[in-house]
Amino acid sequence: MKKDFNTLSNVIRLPHKYAAGPAFTKFYNGLKEGMIYGTSCPSCKKTYVPGRSYCPDCLNNLDEWVEVAQEGEVVSWTYSDKEFFGMPGKPPVIVALIRLDGTDCNLLHLLGGVDMGSADAVNAAFKRGTRVKAVWNEEKKGHVLDIKYFEPI
Amino acid sequence: MGRPVAIIGSGQTKHGRRFDVTYPELVKEAVDAVFEQTGISPDDIDGVVSGTMPSMMEGVALTHFYFADVLRSVGKPILKTETCGSTGVSLAFTGYYWVTSGLADLVLVVGSEKMHEGDSQATMTTVLEPFYQRFFIAGAPGIFSMQSQEWSVRFGIPEEKVRAAATRISVDHHNDAFDNPFAHIQKKLTEDEVNNARIITYPVRLWDVCPNSDGACAMLFASEEKAKELGLKAAWVKGVGYSGEEYWFGDSDKVVWQCAIDAARQAYDMAGIKSPRKELDVAEVYNPFTFQELLYYECFGFCDFGEACDLTLQGVFSRAGELPCDPSGGTLCTNPIGATGLNRVAEAAMQVTGQAGDHQIPGAKLSLAHAMGGVDQYNGVMILGSEK
Repeated sequence: MKKDFNTLSNVIRLPHKYAAGPAFTKFYNGLKEGMIYGTSCPSCKKTYVPGRSYCPDCLNNLDEWVEVAQEGEVVSWTYSDKEFFGMPGKPPVIVALIRLDGTDCNLLHLLGGVDMGSADAVNAAFKRGTRVKAVWNEEKKGHVLDIKYFEPI
Repeated sequence: MGRPVAIIGSGQTKHGRRFDVTYPELVKEAVDAVFEQTGISPDDIDGVVSGTMPSMMEGVALTHFYFADVLRSVGKPILKTETCGSTGVSLAFTGYYWVTSGLADLVLVVGSEKMHEGDSQATMTTVLEPFYQRFFIAGAPGIFSMQSQEWSVRFGIPEEKVRAAATRISVDHHNDAFDNPFAHIQKKLTEDEVNNARIITYPVRLWDVCPNSDGACAMLFASEEKAKELGLKAAWVKGVGYSGEEYWFGDSDKVVWQCAIDAARQAYDMAGIKSPRKELDVAEVYNPFTFQELLYYECFGFCDFGEACDLTLQGVFSRAGELPCDPSGGTLCTNPIGATGLNRVAEAAMQVTGQAGDHQIPGAKLSLAHAMGGVDQYNGVMILGSEK
């Protein structure tokens, strides 16, 4: 709109080094061993994954670690076939909420192992309640994407 | 309870890609507009509230200091309020709190954003913690897409019907925006164009999503005494409600969405509203995504859960319907994030004071303004009325 005046370009780079604390450290180290760790709250009995150092509802400090199931149900998903900043991998990508068996929160991760050529194909493969299991990368680095995706059982 | 509070004027900039001005120059447009419209001298302001999205959006931190001059805040107290997408509504709450407490009689409230100067999507990824969720949620659309899909499945609404209702909202609002001189995207769309637009994050397609906008909104909050002294048209704050949820996206139910339900309920209780669809004359619902507007109708009690699609297709929430929603075109057509929620309040105030111009809902006396912030984490609702 109207006249465009000059512009000035600038890039700010701010590297950070985040302390992962005991809970994320345990969770990441578990991934390196092919295990998914959660924590359980002694008061509300909920199991959270990734494991937390405190219960978000009771605020108890949590140190009751459990290895949670690597299978569960699809709660919801979304499909994207165009690349965007911060996308976990190359498109097409399906980001999903998954309820792992025995846990009490929805875990964000990826779905895969099916024809992902179109939204319709994905829609045919994944519904609410579709049973899925974790598929791991061969090389594990202690990273959330050590789990490649969850695929239908 | 505190003192009665009135909104006695608002100013919005023209929205769009505003490379014709610097960020403070953009803010100045909105501030100058509200003083010009009301004839009030900036000297009479007791304090200023300013707010935006995270500073990474424009790469300047503590923008309320950057804007100090144009906010007319020299020699006065200044507050910053920042609650992500709900910043604008939180700004209005801050102005309201300040005046209702009795500690100020006249407060200038300003929200702003200049989204084209940075990378809005990258900025929004920084709302998430870096250890887990940030890897999966880059930007806003994915969240709302998963929320929408969970909602439609939970209530057994066929995908085609959800699509049809979202399309109706998109076509109507992009058309409504022609009557709003401040709107960013004004567009005649056909149903086919909306249905077949490219996928952003399925089921959300291009015309289901709000734009990036540059813009600002300024507003004056006054005590009853001050409003009477100035003799200006007043929109009275009848109710406020703000509620939030746990931080992790997967920890709470985003379908029967408690923070949205509670925010509306708090505001209705304070305003004495029992039956919102009957009693409200117009609502400015925060609608960055068509699908989310449908869910809000249900969370705000405009209808029961599972009913929003049918009622939308019947025209209940369109301009001539029983409860017109977003006659301004809403956030779907104009989204300068730090100002967006304040735009909703400005529009709701304009409606109950008969100042909404070509998109005025005739005889509107009671209105609702709303915005949502965080990763589906917070909702804020304000009710305005033409009578105290």
